[in-house]
Amino acid sequence: MVATKKTKYLIIGNSAGGIGAAEAIREVDKTGTITIVSDEPYPAYSRPLISEYLALPCPVEKMAYRQPDFYEKNKIKTLLGEKVIQVNPDKHTVKLESGTTLGWQKLLLATGGTPIFPEMEGNRLKGVFTFNKLDDAKAIDGFLNQHRGRLRAVVIGGGLIGVSVTEALLKRSVEVTVVEMKDRVLNTILDEEASVFEAQALVHAGTNIITGHTPEKINSYLLGEVCGVTLDDGCVLPCEMAVITIGVRPRLEVVSESGIKINRGIVVDRRMATSAPDIYACGDAAEAHDFVYGENRLTPVWPNAYEGGRAAGLNMAGKPTEYQGGTAMNALKYFGVYIASAGLVTPPDDSYETLINRYDGIYRKVIIKKGKLAGMVFAGDIEKSGIIYNLMKDGVNVRKFKEVLVADDFGLASLPESIWKDRLESSPPEGVPVVTSIEEPEELVIGD
Amino acid sequence: MKKVYVKEDVCIGCGLCEVYCRLKHSKSKDLIKAYKKEIPRPLSRLRVDESGIVSLSVRCQHCDDAPCIRACLTGALSRDPSTSLVMVDEERCIGCGTCTLACPLGVPKLDTSQKKMVKCDLCQDEELPVCVANCPNEALLYAEVEEALA
Repeated sequence: MVATKKTKYLIIGNSAGGIGAAEAIREVDKTGTITIVSDEPYPAYSRPLISEYLALPCPVEKMAYRQPDFYEKNKIKTLLGEKVIQVNPDKHTVKLESGTTLGWQKLLLATGGTPIFPEMEGNRLKGVFTFNKLDDAKAIDGFLNQHRGRLRAVVIGGGLIGVSVTEALLKRSVEVTVVEMKDRVLNTILDEEASVFEAQALVHAGTNIITGHTPEKINSYLLGEVCGVTLDDGCVLPCEMAVITIGVRPRLEVVSESGIKINRGIVVDRRMATSAPDIYACGDAAEAHDFVYGENRLTPVWPNAYEGGRAAGLNMAGKPTEYQGGTAMNALKYFGVYIASAGLVTPPDDSYETLINRYDGIYRKVIIKKGKLAGMVFAGDIEKSGIIYNLMKDGVNVRKFKEVLVADDFGLASLPESIWKDRLESSPPEGVPVVTSIEEPEELVIGD
Repeated sequence: MKKVYVKEDVCIGCGLCEVYCRLKHSKSKDLIKAYKKEIPRPLSRLRVDESGIVSLSVRCQHCDDAPCIRACLTGALSRDPSTSLVMVDEERCIGCGTCTLACPLGVPKLDTSQKKMVKCDLCQDEELPVCVANCPNEALLYAEVEEALA
């Protein structure tokens, strides 16, 4: 057997969750050894930026999530381009594909998500892509560079990733058709009205959108290359490439035989601990507390991965910390349309109350259940959306002032004094030297 | 670290803090040009929220526990180790607005023409933040935060 090297903290995954954990560990434990292992060969990069990368290929350094000296400064050992194939909770080890076994005292599973790839004829053809990581963007970029002249793409799935790759492809002068199974694009993160805004922007930018259909197969006539996509109604969309963006599911291979409790994702408690001692999980791989639903759910968004990773890291380093919880939250700016949504976007039944305001091309909606916010959609202007999001996160009872939340002139001052005083910390501590305006104000002559 | 506090009992919502902030962030440093001619239009980093007799001049609080930094998708937001201020690296910001959604005050401002977020840096190159220096009612106070005193 290969000699087991031991690290105090082992983090599988080098993205938002893993970095959040490493930073949190270093706040508490300055010296304990931290090792981050990832099958991606790059220093942590901003995954949402892969669409910017594809739109206008830029050096990978520009996508860096942290400064170049981050790992060195925080004394973090990295094993990049190394894949963990198995976790052994009893022995406190992991096995790498390269054959090495690594020991650990505390382990974080920040393995992220993997694209859902349907079994479909033609899905292995050259010209079929997914869009989840930098290498996917590089592969599409390479494909575009090899082809001169007009290219057509079919994007299968009109969710966030589908819209994001569409925007990038349009910027690269590719003609795009989006095929969405449901009746509208972005149907999980936007309500119908905001979806329509987004669809209009997509169409205006030249996208063809087909809803209510699924692809049946990807066609080829030459050397295994894509020539079109056939839909369930027999309609054929000629194209040179297809991008599969149906969705993402938790990446669980490494723990599948470990005995760690898994539901849709790795189940964690409020400390981000899994069912196995000393093993934590966060991010897209984990099913953690959702404060809107009051139960564990998958909420695969970047900020929640970081927050969950941070809570996990603090607990791993011995500082008991409860994860406040997250919920689906997204801020979008595709095609210059600004939208922010969080929690529920459509009330699931009539026990919810919905308040909506529309003015000057701005759309604001909040969903309330038993006096507390359960969801929000802001479109057109998302400034101040954070006030609402945080009232929802903190579980503030808004019953007495709910109307102001969607009002044209909504702002901090519209809320009860106790809330804005708390948010603003509106007076300096006692005994502190206070500075105000330097110059004496001019004398005002009134009623001259 | 210092912070700007608003004395809500004397803030009348005149908006001069916004005017001076916009001027400060203009290229021309000329009031008329800043408001009427400059493209891209300079933006105030603060805003004045009003409701009835309550007016609040609201800007980044440089929170200890800054949710915007943790929510930032690109790593453009970070805490400056020397000043403890929450700063945005405009080169790396894509103006997605996730920080605006995460901020309890909703203050990160999106410059939609530049596709960047802009925020208050307490006028690092000035003796006093211009909003404080030019408040006619002394409604804005510039003082140390408690933690720094301990």
